[in-house]
Amino acid sequence: MIAIIDYGVGNLRSVHNAVRFISPQTKSFISSDPDKIIKADRIIFPGQGAMPDCIRELDKRGLTDVLLEVAKQKPFLGICLGLQMLFEKSEEGNQKGLGLLPGEIKRFKLSDIERIKIPHMGWNNVNQSNSHPMWNKIETGSRFYFVHSYYADVSDKDVAVGYSEHGENFACAVAKDNIFATQFHPEKSAQFGLQLLKNFILWDI
Amino acid sequence: MTVAKRIIPCLDVTDGRVVKGINFVELQDAGDPVEIAKKYNEQGADEITFLDITASSDGRGLIFDIIEKVAKQIFIPLTVGGGVKSCEDIRNLLNAGADKVGINTSAINNPDLVAEASARFGSQAIVVAIDAKRVEDHWEVFTHGGRNATGIDAILWAEKMVNLGAGELLITSMDKDGTKTGFDNELNKLISEKVNVPIIASGGVGNLQHLVDGVKEGGADAVLAASIFHYGEYTIQEAKEYMAKNNIEIRL
Repeated sequence: MIAIIDYGVGNLRSVHNAVRFISPQTKSFISSDPDKIIKADRIIFPGQGAMPDCIRELDKRGLTDVLLEVAKQKPFLGICLGLQMLFEKSEEGNQKGLGLLPGEIKRFKLSDIERIKIPHMGWNNVNQSNSHPMWNKIETGSRFYFVHSYYADVSDKDVAVGYSEHGENFACAVAKDNIFATQFHPEKSAQFGLQLLKNFILWDI
Repeated sequence: MTVAKRIIPCLDVTDGRVVKGINFVELQDAGDPVEIAKKYNEQGADEITFLDITASSDGRGLIFDIIEKVAKQIFIPLTVGGGVKSCEDIRNLLNAGADKVGINTSAINNPDLVAEASARFGSQAIVVAIDAKRVEDHWEVFTHGGRNATGIDAILWAEKMVNLGAGELLITSMDKDGTKTGFDNELNKLISEKVNVPIIASGGVGNLQHLVDGVKEGGADAVLAASIFHYGEYTIQEAKEYMAKNNIEIRL
């Protein structure tokens, strides 16, 4: 049973659609009910928009504590803002994060040396820097779909499992114990994204 | 290696069917939107844009049904535009499964909509579509398929839209649309140099070299085309291979 955490932001349906598409037999639901979330076997934590809003919405729904609890026990997949919120803090609104992973969320910087567009939008290579069961059947360098203006500056390189290049070489996939999180959107990344979600359903921690 | 240039097939939808016309007139039926979207996805489209050009009020709701069906089967970004007037419209399209919503005429009538929508849904969800036409030595924003002039300078407008929160710009040349003579690369280049958000070139693609020129000469981050794909002249895969052969970074 997979719970997709609903805290009023972002397009949760596309994640739900993708999970149902790859595994119609797996029970999955979108919920903001702590009792239901705590009973699920696996957790998907998506997110979209601005981090201060996301944190506020989590608090408002009383989901912060349950999230911290399940993130220590069950296979847990953070997506986009759902990755960023796991870190200690963010430049965006000088916001404190959930503090589950070491590092800080920073904004891409415009530079004169290499012209980049912000948001970083489109299909970029993900270079796997550490092996992980979530990379099963996905080759290093495969392209995934990104849309974001902030990235994780990890302070412990061991948590990075994949990097992408956009002005900076940044950690676009991170993992620690039962947590795996991606800056890119697997639910919008065609065959490799669907493979990653399949791997999540099969992941034994 | 860096972010790939995108190829975006565009489906003009009216009353639930895909159509294609020349200079927004002489519409011909080109098929079922869900089936066409599936075909493009299989060919490797990086994204799909639906432009709802339904004029009749009865047919307008059909786009929601189409997006819902497509979003259940296709896992790439979906953009929907056409007739978007309010945050409510945007929310409904995002709920149906769109990832981004295009705003065109409503941005002109009410520029604050762009600011409100990007604050509420995030810039990444808001694409401002600009229909531009050359008028003497500059470009002006037009509405109603190039029929109505607004008197607004297209380049200043592009900058204003980005300042208000547009996450991406879709630039359609009304001079080029339907002509198959290539994008207006001069216009696209000027805009691309002025703004830091991705720009999508649109209007005028007749062959694969036009896609290459759109990136290399026009500075586009993505290229949008309709008829060359609808009528089977080229597949998306062929377009991507051609661009890759011309040293453009592409997701193959």
